[in-house]
Amino acid sequence: MTARSKITTTGKKPIALLKVLNPFHVWGLGVGIVLVGEFMGWNFTVDKGGAYASLIACWVIGLLYTCVAMIDSEVSSTVVAAGGQYTQAKHIVGPLMAFNVGLYLVMAYTMLCAADALVVGDLLRSGAKVMGFAHLDPRPFVVLVVVFLSWLNYRGVFVTLTLNLVMTLLAFVSLLVLFVAVEPWQQGVVLQHQGLLTDLPYGWIGVIASLQFGIWYYLGIEGTCQAAEEVRSAGRAIPLGTMGGIMTLLVAATITWFVATGLLPWQYLGQTYTPMYDAATLLGSAKLQLLMFVATAFAAIASANGCINDASRAWFSMGRDRYLPEFFGAIHPKYRTPYRSILFLVPIAVSFAFTGLLDQVITFSILSGLLSYTFMTFNIIKFRRMWPLGSIHRGYEHPFHPLPALTLLALCCLTYFATFLGYGATLLSVMSFYILASLWFVLRRYPYVRRAEQFSMPWPRPRGY
Amino acid sequence: MKRHYVPPKQGMLGQIVDTATVLVLVYVSLMLPLLFKAAAKAENAVVQAAVAVQATWESLGQNAIQQEQWIRLGYSPEKAAMLINNRFDYTIDPVMLGLTSAVIIGYFIFLLKVSAKQYREVIAEKFDQE
Repeated sequence: MTARSKITTTGKKPIALLKVLNPFHVWGLGVGIVLVGEFMGWNFTVDKGGAYASLIACWVIGLLYTCVAMIDSEVSSTVVAAGGQYTQAKHIVGPLMAFNVGLYLVMAYTMLCAADALVVGDLLRSGAKVMGFAHLDPRPFVVLVVVFLSWLNYRGVFVTLTLNLVMTLLAFVSLLVLFVAVEPWQQGVVLQHQGLLTDLPYGWIGVIASLQFGIWYYLGIEGTCQAAEEVRSAGRAIPLGTMGGIMTLLVAATITWFVATGLLPWQYLGQTYTPMYDAATLLGSAKLQLLMFVATAFAAIASANGCINDASRAWFSMGRDRYLPEFFGAIHPKYRTPYRSILFLVPIAVSFAFTGLLDQVITFSILSGLLSYTFMTFNIIKFRRMWPLGSIHRGYEHPFHPLPALTLLALCCLTYFATFLGYGATLLSVMSFYILASLWFVLRRYPYVRRAEQFSMPWPRPRGY
Repeated sequence: MKRHYVPPKQGMLGQIVDTATVLVLVYVSLMLPLLFKAAAKAENAVVQAAVAVQATWESLGQNAIQQEQWIRLGYSPEKAAMLINNRFDYTIDPVMLGLTSAVIIGYFIFLLKVSAKQYREVIAEKFDQE
């Protein structure tokens, strides 16, 4: 397949996505999607297993994501095309796997976007309550956030991701400010860990159960590779942005846990939607409260923004390959964005945001992400076997293969079990969705797929085929 | 050499039907457990509300520092009891665990098997004709 066939044609003119992004944009996209998880959502780990379980989950899932970042950096720096893991699956495993991976990405990011919009709505309700408007209906703001960000995505990727970079940076700095403000060097003055940290309320089974929401500390960092077709140098920008992002998140997650568990009783912390804002409220400083209000809003908006960007790229790529109706594979002739995919996902995100059930929406997102990480283990093992080191150019080669893949697979299995504990019905329901969708693809959509065009990389024939 | 596969052209009506199918699948599969969960939560809330009526900080097992933080958050013992008594039940049903494991493993085996067959077609058509 030639480079020409990778681009969309409107009328007589071939149109491609613009290559305008740098490593900082990639960092902003990855961390921007995830950082909201440090402001809310991670705290459901506390609900499932207590405060110490949450810290263990933070580090164990940190290891899972380090494996994800290592594996993904190698494959993404080699498969340079929009669609990220979807495109990887198409070149390495096969069409049905690719269709499923594309759906994982769309569902994970769309649900995450819905959760972000829910948080913005809840935050506004909290803010309005403080200002004397106790009965503010947040739903119009939820719609407004999703529609505004979709419009921004529609108009162009450079402005969208530059805005993400700025908001993410400000949100991250605000976490550092909060950390300094609680005087971590003096226990018992502001932070009250000695009185608030309890034994494991559910024992070690609670620790395992908390791994489910531990995913939320980092979910979405792998979205950096969705920008592969729009960065100026994918081999450099994707590994730099991704590995830098995971390091930033490990620091942010640890700070978040430390501050929140030193201020809030674990039963409250485990069930609130805005833990960092609540923590700042307890400090009694109006400035800090305002800072956390703005930072939480920025983090949620940056995340929703990145999610719209990533979900639409995955949907667009599937449309372009006819895995979905090819109507979605169009690029805007002026703005060079996958505009139809962007618009299509708006009502889906809004309708899930309207359910108001944050933990359930997050569980859908987590499970879709988890299925995607499970795929990565097969993917990297096949990739190294079919194209051994030296047979094709790789922008980055991850060390200790296959140890990261095996570690990732073991941790994925443990996290499935963690999800089964407390959310077993949701797990089965999500699985039935993917099974039905797979059958639909095999029976209905695959006949529309052009076979040879699924392999567009300039690689030699894979070994064993 | 294998003949080049030419897929049929899909009309706009077919594309709309397929898009609607995906949407229906998404909503039916994902909204059902949300609705079940919402119903279960509503039932739990009624039970907890009855328990919360006679709650004290001591009966809720809160120490002095925890009590202080709850009060600063604007919670009375009755209100806090709703959150404190909201606990997970981690009793494992072996049948459900076995079923869930079988579904996940079976799903991945199905994906890999069918994908491998489709991938061979892709590679054959791509490389055999060059």
